[in-house]
Amino acid sequence: MINILGKRYYFFALSLLIIIPGLILLGSMSATKKLPLAIDFTGGSLLEVRFANATPSDIDLIGLYNNLGVGDVKVQTTSTGSYVIRSSVLEDSTRAKIADELGKEYNSEVTVLRFESVGPTIGREVTSRAAQAVAVAALIVALYMTFAFRGVPHAIRYGICAIIAMFHDVCVVLSLAAIGSILWGWQIDSLFLTALLTVIGFSVQDKVVVFDRIRENTGIYRRLSFETLVNHSIVQTLGRSLNTQLMTVEFMLLALALFGGVTLREFAMVLLVGLFSGTYSSIFIAAPILVVWEGREWTRWFHRRENTASA
Amino acid sequence: MSQRSYYLLIIIALVLALAIYIVIPNSPGIHVGSFNKDFITRLGLDLVGGVQALLEADLPANTPIEAGAMDAATGIVENRVNGLGLTEAMVQKAGERRIVVELPGETDPERALATIQQTGLLEFVDMSTISQNEAFNLVESKIRTDFGQSSQLPTTPVTPTQSITSTLPISQTFHTIMTGADLKNVNVTTSQTGQYQVAFTLSSNGAKIFSDFTGAHINDVLAIVVDKKVISTPTIQGAIPNGEGVITGKFTSEEANNLAVQLRYGSLPIPLKVIEIRTVGPTLGQESLQMSLRAGLIGFSIVILFMLLYYRLPGAVADVAIIIYALITFAIFRFIPITLTLPGIAGFLLSTGSALDANILIFERMKEEMRSGKTLRQSVDLGWKRAWPSIRDSNIATIITCSILFWFGSTYGATIVKGFSITLLLGVIVSLFSAIVITRVLMELVTRNFKSKNYSKWFGI
Repeated sequence: MINILGKRYYFFALSLLIIIPGLILLGSMSATKKLPLAIDFTGGSLLEVRFANATPSDIDLIGLYNNLGVGDVKVQTTSTGSYVIRSSVLEDSTRAKIADELGKEYNSEVTVLRFESVGPTIGREVTSRAAQAVAVAALIVALYMTFAFRGVPHAIRYGICAIIAMFHDVCVVLSLAAIGSILWGWQIDSLFLTALLTVIGFSVQDKVVVFDRIRENTGIYRRLSFETLVNHSIVQTLGRSLNTQLMTVEFMLLALALFGGVTLREFAMVLLVGLFSGTYSSIFIAAPILVVWEGREWTRWFHRRENTASA
Repeated sequence: MSQRSYYLLIIIALVLALAIYIVIPNSPGIHVGSFNKDFITRLGLDLVGGVQALLEADLPANTPIEAGAMDAATGIVENRVNGLGLTEAMVQKAGERRIVVELPGETDPERALATIQQTGLLEFVDMSTISQNEAFNLVESKIRTDFGQSSQLPTTPVTPTQSITSTLPISQTFHTIMTGADLKNVNVTTSQTGQYQVAFTLSSNGAKIFSDFTGAHINDVLAIVVDKKVISTPTIQGAIPNGEGVITGKFTSEEANNLAVQLRYGSLPIPLKVIEIRTVGPTLGQESLQMSLRAGLIGFSIVILFMLLYYRLPGAVADVAIIIYALITFAIFRFIPITLTLPGIAGFLLSTGSALDANILIFERMKEEMRSGKTLRQSVDLGWKRAWPSIRDSNIATIITCSILFWFGSTYGATIVKGFSITLLLGVIVSLFSAIVITRVLMELVTRNFKSKNYSKWFGI
């Protein structure tokens, strides 16, 4: 049988290798107030237009906006040739004429693909409520897990391990967002938030499947050591984890990311990575932490490290 | 096969037939007696293009807001929006201080905003030209009055008024005696017989007009009209000289209150401001719809194929179950109806994954049992029994998350979040039914008639 648990500290290290740089990146963005937050959270306006026969430069567009008295202008071109112009909230009068102004300036037909405007107060409120939603979801799920595993010794550990692994997945997704914002100009918007919450939901689903097997095996193999028992359970559920996650859900998401159009691409990418992380963490993070906890391994971390790693 | 399975098979067949009836294009709907229901696929703003606006009570943040007043405001905004002539406009309260307005198909955000923000107009209208009964029949319908046709009301947009003229029940133009501008005070009182009624006081100017008019029109109808919609058609009982009057009618307490609110504020019981607006052009909407449908179809086909190749016979059974599952879920979307948005489609696809997950859990368990030498029937039974706790617990976890998402989305008017969570939630619930009822009965049916001993060929062991 494959010994997954024996290499648990390598898996922990691998996860930290992915999470820490991302979080440092995010932290530095936050410190310099350059977090890639969309207008959903900060307030502001977003206009996406397509010009029939003109290709204005970013600087031209920013200049035009500034002349109309609008500040904070950022311009982005999409892969389909449209322009996404973000700015502070447009006044009613400016909003009404902006498309016409653009058309006149560049002597081209202008198609407004999308226009969004969010007031600053609601932006702040959404941010704090979003954090609450995540916290409440995590708490209730942990409580439910503790309840569902009430029959096994130390039921609360299962809930807490699921939450730790869940935070792992959230961190992976945030890391991805930080990298995505630098490489592809991603923005953290309410769609991203939806993806994040979904990752949380499905992350728990994966943990339940592995933990359920441990729960069941606890009753069957009473004489095995806990570590062997957990390893056995992981290996038994491996087929399901790979098939469900990689073959079905990830295929769906890959199709969405590749063919689903610009709007869904970022969403699908976040889910793709997040759900993969969910599967990964139930096998390589959540279950191993249970074992670490059972053996109180932290007492040995600074004494006989080389032994624990190969145990 | 057990008797129970036969019953289940019949139930599945009935549910499937109903689902197909709902899903077929141009479904005739259900019309039995007073029960009328048509089935439509309702597409969200992001797929057809349109305007979404979030309105908020324009009062200091800590001012308590009466739920009744907010409901009345929602109703009034809905009335105005209906004037735009869009088929699927939606106006909903979101939380305590906000209203979401969704106008799929609307291409001009400026026109929409002008309509939503127009000041409502209360008119007292002379209906002496028609009988009391005729007047009564006009309640709740739109009429034309001579007020606002001239330059007196420049803020009223012209287009919406024109678009509704064709549907007016009566072509006559009525005379407006005065508007809500002359109203000073409105209260709900009860008459001596205990009937609810609405009492009002007029300004001195209004009192004069009113006194003259009522004196000359005893037993005629004086209609109360808000935003060109007839609210009530009281009959003048006698001259009202002092500018104080009572509107009687068969009001419930709530109706009397609503009328008082509409009279008192002429328009909105609460001032509203637009705090968020989103417009999606029809081009982008159509592109998104086509692309996501194609993506969904590709993803679905790959997954169906994978199940068939990897799990063989059970995989084929699961594929049938999944297609039934998709039909039922889609039928529910059309029945309620749920507005399908882009994230909504993604939620639906994800729930399909979740439905397959249940099947995969069961099949993996079944294979384990078969490898350990159990008979086919035993393995099928055990597979279900052993996989059930993890299917149950994992899906409950997802349902919890979805509910929180749904709450979050509906409180903050974040309709994309709401759309995603509701489709995922419904999908997960149907997927439970699909895995534990449909797949199970079909598997029982298949294994009962299964004679071959070549397990590696049929079950991929």
